[in-house]
Amino acid sequence: MVTLTINGNQHRIDAEPDMPLLWAIRDLVGLTGTKFGCGMAQCGACTVLLDGAPVRSCQTFVGDIENAKVTTIEGLTGKVAETVQTVWTELDVPQCGYCQSGQIMSVTDLLTTNPKPTDDDIDAAMTGNLCRCATYHRIRAGIHEAAKRLEA
Amino acid sequence: MIPKLMQSLVLPVVAKEASRRQFMLGALAAGGGLAVGFQVLASSPAAASETAPDGNKASAFTPYLTIDSDGKVMVLSSQFEMGQGSYNGLATLVAEELDADWQSIDVRGVAGNVKAYGNVAFGGAIQGTGGSTSMVTSWERYRKAGAAARAMLVAAAASEWGVQPAEITVENGVVAHSSGKSGGFGAFAAKAAAMPVPTDVTLKQPGDWKLIGNPNLKRFDSARKTNGTEQYTIDVKLPGMLTAVMIHPPMFGAKVKSFDAAAARSVKGVVDVVETPRGIAVVAEHMWAAIKGRDAVTVVWDETAAEKRGTAELMTMYKDLADKAPAAIARKDGDIDKGFAGAVKVIEATFEFPYLAHSAMEPLNAVARKNDDGTLEIWGGHQFPDVYQMLSSQIVGITPDKVQLHVMKTGGSFGRRAVFDGDVVVEAVHVAKAIGFRAPVKVQWTREDDMRAGRYRPSYVHKLKAGIDANGKLVAWNNHVVGQSIMAKTAFDGMVQNGVDPTSVEGANNLPYAIPNQTVGLTTTDVGVPVLWWRSVGSTHTAFAAETFIDEVAEAAGRDPIEYRLSMLEPQSRHAVVLKLAAEKAGWTKPLPKGRFRGVAVAESFGSVVAQIAEVSADSSGSFKVERVVAAVDCGLAVNPDQVRAQVEGGIGFGLGAILGEEITLTAGKVDQGNFDMYTPLRIDAMPAVEVHILASTNPPSGIGEPGVPPIGPAVANALYKALGKRIRVLPFTKTLNA
Repeated sequence: MVTLTINGNQHRIDAEPDMPLLWAIRDLVGLTGTKFGCGMAQCGACTVLLDGAPVRSCQTFVGDIENAKVTTIEGLTGKVAETVQTVWTELDVPQCGYCQSGQIMSVTDLLTTNPKPTDDDIDAAMTGNLCRCATYHRIRAGIHEAAKRLEA
Repeated sequence: MIPKLMQSLVLPVVAKEASRRQFMLGALAAGGGLAVGFQVLASSPAAASETAPDGNKASAFTPYLTIDSDGKVMVLSSQFEMGQGSYNGLATLVAEELDADWQSIDVRGVAGNVKAYGNVAFGGAIQGTGGSTSMVTSWERYRKAGAAARAMLVAAAASEWGVQPAEITVENGVVAHSSGKSGGFGAFAAKAAAMPVPTDVTLKQPGDWKLIGNPNLKRFDSARKTNGTEQYTIDVKLPGMLTAVMIHPPMFGAKVKSFDAAAARSVKGVVDVVETPRGIAVVAEHMWAAIKGRDAVTVVWDETAAEKRGTAELMTMYKDLADKAPAAIARKDGDIDKGFAGAVKVIEATFEFPYLAHSAMEPLNAVARKNDDGTLEIWGGHQFPDVYQMLSSQIVGITPDKVQLHVMKTGGSFGRRAVFDGDVVVEAVHVAKAIGFRAPVKVQWTREDDMRAGRYRPSYVHKLKAGIDANGKLVAWNNHVVGQSIMAKTAFDGMVQNGVDPTSVEGANNLPYAIPNQTVGLTTTDVGVPVLWWRSVGSTHTAFAAETFIDEVAEAAGRDPIEYRLSMLEPQSRHAVVLKLAAEKAGWTKPLPKGRFRGVAVAESFGSVVAQIAEVSADSSGSFKVERVVAAVDCGLAVNPDQVRAQVEGGIGFGLGAILGEEITLTAGKVDQGNFDMYTPLRIDAMPAVEVHILASTNPPSGIGEPGVPPIGPAVANALYKALGKRIRVLPFTKTLNA
C-alpha cells in the first residue's frame, strides 16, 4: 500500500512501489486528465507538478513520492494557471487536445518561475512537450499573451 | 459496396445532387424535446440495405440534432473528431441556420446508420472521415437540419402565441414576437416536435451569416481540452473493466507458434493471458499490471511467412525498379520521346522517401463490452464505423445491428484510425471474446506497440527527368513512382484501375503546369509492411518530388521559381492566384537580410490549393532553422476561418517534422524505432512563425485538414538549396545534410 497526496487529497492505493505515478493517477485514483503518450519521458503528455515542479509522471514512481504533493490538471489553481487556461481558450490553442494538460502544466511552471520568458526561454522550457497536431505556433503566442496579462 | 466508395479519399469529389434527393427532412419527439434529421425515402437505393439506426430502430429517421427541454442543442456528427475541428464546423452549420446560442451547442459523434450518415463525398455508401471531406459532406445536410428545426420552433411558438410565424424572430437562441413574448428553445422543443416537418427549407443567404465565415468564432470545445475534462478512448472506464496490452508479432506476417504465460499469471493484477488472431493479450486489472505481465511472457514466433527484408534492401530494389520501364501509366500527354528529342537541356533526379508513422499522441486503443442481451458495444476512434461494425459482428457471431459504436474523440489520428481491417477495434473484440466476454476490455497500445504496428505512409522512390527547349520552356516531363499501394489487396482494391492506385500518384499525375509532353508511370511493389494513408496521402511525397524538381528546372532555365511556375499556369487559375498572394505577402521580390533564404511550393490536394513560402536562416556550418512560413490558401468558403488557419499552421508543423527528421526503418524485417527518442516529430524549438492568408471565395468549402501539409517540404528544401547549395532528394533531410 502506498499513500499519495494528489490535489490536496490523500489516497491510499494498492500499488507496488515501482508503479509509475501516471498509472496510479489514472487507473487507481481515477483522474484522467493526465495523459499517457510515450511511457519514457519523451513527450510530456503526463506532466504533473511534484511539490510545485513539473515532472513526467510516467517516470516518477509511487514508492519515491509518499511525502510529496502531487498536482494534476484537475487540481491546478492560482492566477497563473487560470490566466493560461483562459488565454488557451481565447486563442483556441488545442486541436485534438490530448497533450494540452501536459502543455499547461509546463507553461504554468514556466510563467511561475519566469514571468517574462523570451522565445528562447519558451523553447527551453517547452521542447519536452510534444504536440503532434503542432499547435506550437499558438502555444508560443499563448505564453506571451498570458505573460502580458499577468504583468498587468 | 465498399470498393466504389473511396474515390474521394484520393480525388476531390463534389457532392452529387442525386445523393441529396434520396433524403427528406424528418423529425421526432425525443426525451421531452425535438430531434431533427432526415428520413431516408423508401424508394432510394440506400434504403434497400438494412443497417441499424442509432437509437431509432423503429423508423428510417435519423437525427442530425436534438434540442432538449433545457434548450441545449446537441449536434450529432457523422464526422469523427480527431482534432481537426470537424465537430466545430458541423456545429457552426447547425447553429447558423438555427440561430442558436453558440454557448448552448454541444456535439456528439454518431455511427450506425450509413443511410443517413454516409459520406456524400464517398458516394454515400459508407460513413467515414477522411480525404478532408467533413465539410463537403455536411455543408448542405447539416444546414438544412438546422433550418428545419428553426422553422418547427417558430411554428410551435406561433401556435402557442396565436400569431403568424412570419412575425416571429429567432436570435441567439431566443424565439421572440413584437408583442414582447419570448422564450428559449427549450420552452418550444416538445411542441415543435408535433409541428409539421417542412418539406424543404430555405437556407440563409451568405450576407445573413453570423457564424459561418466569422473569424472571431471560438471552438466550442477548447475549454474542456484545456482543463483535462475532454474524454478520449483511453479515459473510458466501465464497471469491472479490465485493461489489456498486446504482444504483437515482431515482424509483419509472423505468427504465434507457442507462448509461456506462467510467470505472467503470477504478476499481481494480471487476470489472464490469452491468444488472439492478432497476438497475445495480457489482461489485467490496470495498465501497469498488464505491462509488467507482458514483460514476463515468452513467445515463440513462426516467422515463415514474415517480411524479412530491411530498409536498405527495399530501397535498392526500389531504385532498380525506378530505372526500368514503369508497370503502369498514370498520365500520358503528348509524345515524351519527341519532347526529350527537342530539348536542349535534360536534367534528372531520383528521390527517396521513407516509411512514416502517424504517431498520434493517443496510442491506439478501443474498449469492447458484450451485454447480457447479446449486443456488443465498442468505444473507440471510429473513423470507418460501418467497417468496424461489420467486422466486429462477424467475430462475435451477431448481426451488425447488434453492434453499437460509441464514437470517442481521439488524441490525433492523421489517417491512422481509418483502417480496412479494424485493427485495434477488432483486437478489443477478439480479446473480450478470448476471455469469454466475462468483463469489458480496454486494449491500450503502448507507444512502442503503436509505432511498430505498421500502417505507415509507404516508402517511395521517384525518378524524374525533365527537358527544356532553347527558350527555357519545359517541354518534357517524366516521373516514375515506385512504391507500395495503399488500397490494393484491401477492401478498396476496386479503386485500383489499370494497375494504378490513385493514392500512389495523386499530386504527381495532376500537375497544373502546361507541359506538352508528360508521362507519369507507376510501379507498385509487393512488400509485407502494412501501409496506410497519412495526412495528405500521396501528396506527402508527390508534391515534394514535383515542386523541388520544378525549382531545379527553373534554375536550369535561368528563371525565378515563381515567375517560371506562373509562366506555365493560366493567370486566373487557383494555383496562380495563391502563388501570387503568397509572393505578395512574403515580399518575394524584396531582398532578404544576410543569412536568410526563401523557397516556394504550391500544391493542390482534396480540392484545395495551398502555396507556401518558407524563409530559412542558415550559416556556413550548415545549421539552419525555418524561421517563417507564409501560406496562401484557396479552400473555397472558409466556414471557420480561424480553424482553417489552425489546420494550416498545424499541417506545416506536421509536414516539417516529417521532412526534417522522421523515418521508420527496418532491419531484417524488424522496425528499428519504438518511441519518440528515435522517431522525432517536430518540437516547439523548430516551429516557424506562420502566417496564413485565406483567399476570399464563394465556392463551396473544400478540404483543409490535409492541404496545409504538402507544400512545406518542397518550400523548405528549395530555400535550403539556396542556403546550402545542396539539393535534398533523400528524406528525411538529416540523411542528405549529414551525408
